[in-house]
Order: sequence, then C-alpha cells, then structure tokens
Amino acid sequence: MSAPAVALLTPAPARVAAVEKETHDTFTLTLEPADGQPLAGFAPGQFSMLYVYGVGELPISISGDPNEAGRLLYTVRSVGRATHSLVSLRPGEVVGVRGPFGRPWPLENARGKDLLIVAGGIGLAPLRPAIYEILRRRDDYVRLIVLYGARSPKDLLFRKQLAAWGRLPDSQVLATVDYGGTSWRGHVGVVTALFRHLRLHPGETVALICGPEIMMRIVARQLEARGLPDSEIYLSMERNMKCAVGSCGHCQLGPYFVCKDGPVFSYQQLRPWVVHHEL
Amino acid sequence: MDTKELYEVLRQHPFLEGFKPPHIQKMAEMAHEVRFARDQIVFREGDECGIFYLILEGKVALEASGPGRILRISTLGAGDELGWSSLLAEDGKHFQARTLEPVRALAFDSTRLRQTCEQDHGFGYLLMRALLRVVSQRLQATRIQLLDLYAPRGVKLI
Repeated sequence: MSAPAVALLTPAPARVAAVEKETHDTFTLTLEPADGQPLAGFAPGQFSMLYVYGVGELPISISGDPNEAGRLLYTVRSVGRATHSLVSLRPGEVVGVRGPFGRPWPLENARGKDLLIVAGGIGLAPLRPAIYEILRRRDDYVRLIVLYGARSPKDLLFRKQLAAWGRLPDSQVLATVDYGGTSWRGHVGVVTALFRHLRLHPGETVALICGPEIMMRIVARQLEARGLPDSEIYLSMERNMKCAVGSCGHCQLGPYFVCKDGPVFSYQQLRPWVVHHEL
Repeated sequence: MDTKELYEVLRQHPFLEGFKPPHIQKMAEMAHEVRFARDQIVFREGDECGIFYLILEGKVALEASGPGRILRISTLGAGDELGWSSLLAEDGKHFQARTLEPVRALAFDSTRLRQTCEQDHGFGYLLMRALLRVVSQRLQATRIQLLDLYAPRGVKLI
C-alpha cells in the first residue's frame, strides 16, 4: 500500500476542546489538533471518520465554518452506542480523525443564482458550512432561502443562528415542525408545505437538500414539479461508510460509492437509485 | 373591498388557479373580507361553521385538544384555504382553528357556494377540483408526518 493510501486510512489524533449541547439529544463537538499537526481543512458538505478508541469509527459530517482554521466542529445526534460514546467525551480526551472525505456542495455552480437550502432534522448540520461560505461570499449569490423541518420545537438545531440568518438582507429562513404545542408560534407541517411561501425562480436557483432520504426524495420531486432542473438539485446521501476512500464497497449505491463519489450528488445522478427499494 | 377589488385579489389566489374569469367573478360576488385578531378562535372542533375562507394574510393553526393539552397539527397561511369541510356540509369541524397572527381572509357562505356548484356544473367542477387538490396535499402531508421521518434511527413506528 502506498504512503498516501496509508495516510488516508490512519486516524490522526485530535483533542476534544468542547462539547456543546444543542438539543436534548444532539451535541456539537469541537476538535483541535492533539499532536501539533494542524487538522486538515475541509469544503462544505465533506465528512470525517471519527474514531472513538475502543468503541469504533463512524462517519460524521463537518458542521463548522470552513474558514475557521485550527479546529473542526461536528454536530452529532446521540442515537446509538458509538454516537453516545462520541458525545460523552470530555474536553481534553482524544479521538482519531480521518479525512475530510467526499464531494462537497457545488457552491461554485450556484454563483449568480438563488440558493435554496432544504434541511430536515440533523441534516441541517452538513448544510451549515455551506451557509457560512455563502454568507462569506454573499455577493456571489442572489437570494439565500433556508427551509428547515424538525420533529418538534425542542429538536430544532441552531435556533439562534437560524433567526440571525433570517434577518439578513435577501435572506429568508422558515422552520416547521411535525408536532407543535401551543407555545410554538411557527409553522407546523411538512417541510414541503413551506414551498407555498416562496417565489422560486427555476433556472436561476440551485437547491441543496439534506435530511432523511424519504424527505429528500419528496423535496426533490416537488422542486422538479416547480420547474427546477434535476441537475440543479443536490442531495447529500448517507450510507454505511467504512473505509471512506472507495475501496471497501460498504457504501455502494448503484454505480457510486457514497464516500468517494458523494456524499453530495445531483438528483440527475441519483434518480435511478434513490427509488430502488433496499439499496 | 368592492367586487372589482375582490376579483383582482381572487384572480391571484393560488386556490383559484385554473379558474376562468366568469368563475372568478362568481366567487367575487360571494366573497366578503374578514379580519381576525391574533389568538382568536375562528372555529372550534364540532362547530357547525358554514364558512369557507381563503387566507390573504397571517397564520392560522389547526389544533386538536386532548386531556390537558392542545396539539398543533398544521399551520395555514396566505394562499391557503381554511374550512374545506364546510363545503361538504356533512358534519361539524374536525379541528379547532386559532389565529397565530392577525389574519385577513375572504369568507364565503358554504351553502351559497354549494348551491352555485349545483346550478353551474362547470363552476362546480373547478371548485371541487381545487378542493380535491387541497385535500390531496393535506393527505400526503399527513402521511409524511405519520412516517415520523426525523425520529432517531432505531425508533420503530410499529
């Protein structure tokens, strides 16, 4: 095996700088270098393999600002043994990091256009770096529209940031929940119901979608019905990534390896594969 | 608003997409503008409310109440309709409607709308088609909500 290949498969040590609680079950980890070597930079939409020593390795999207050097942020929902171990780490403890890996959001293709971001649940985390980047290069894009669906108000991520983004010029941020109590005065219903509140400009809009696969499929179909070409609709896929370099085949989806060819794909690429059962 | 203004407002309302000018005119002749303050109950579950609304501004929540709590199941806003079940005239309201913001809407007497459908089948077809579109969208949305897509993996529905 060549030296570069070995490097890609060898975790680098990173120290936990902070673990911040975002919601009742979701936390953001901040990692800093542990061995004096800087952590690799990343592009919005890429992921790392995080290795909790003695527990296992899992793919986690990077959720921080790509222009913030020296540290990496990961927003993790505690749903199983490995993720629980990850969010239970304390500042100062060390994890292994490989990556970043994967094809990022195609922000260059969206220059001069509106950006429509549709997120569901934890899917907002891989989209947050894209939003940071869009805001940094705000003049390159026209409108920024963020639609966000979550299970309930207590599951909404990054609430303060969502509110702040919504106050910016030429920006629109709408959040909706599946179940709301009387203290919630926002939208209740599926994320696609928010489309009614938008004026979309097909041909001048690029859509970035991340969330549960069924939700992404429904969103992509409805955007197509509203005139967006499938080549301008991008989805971030989640599969069982293991090697992260396209060798092991665990994350194969049709002709693609999600870790290497994705996780971001156009709907044009994915259409034949996202409707296949059990793939 | 006079009938001419009502016509212009209705012409741009998404619910009437596909309606021909004479049909929009019929709707305009039956419409009147209504306003609700924030936190006002538009109708309650079980009410025999005979009014059909097209929302122009503001937000309305559909709510179901159970022991000790009220659940919001859906919110409606500008461009939506409210009270479609009144056009079927079968039973009372299924849910409670409460305004979350000041609301401006056009109100229609459901009995008169139904009578107009009976007299003018072309108009009736368009109205029922628009209604079916709304009911279909609500059904699909409800099905997606029932999937509980944002639940953590491993949480089984059944």
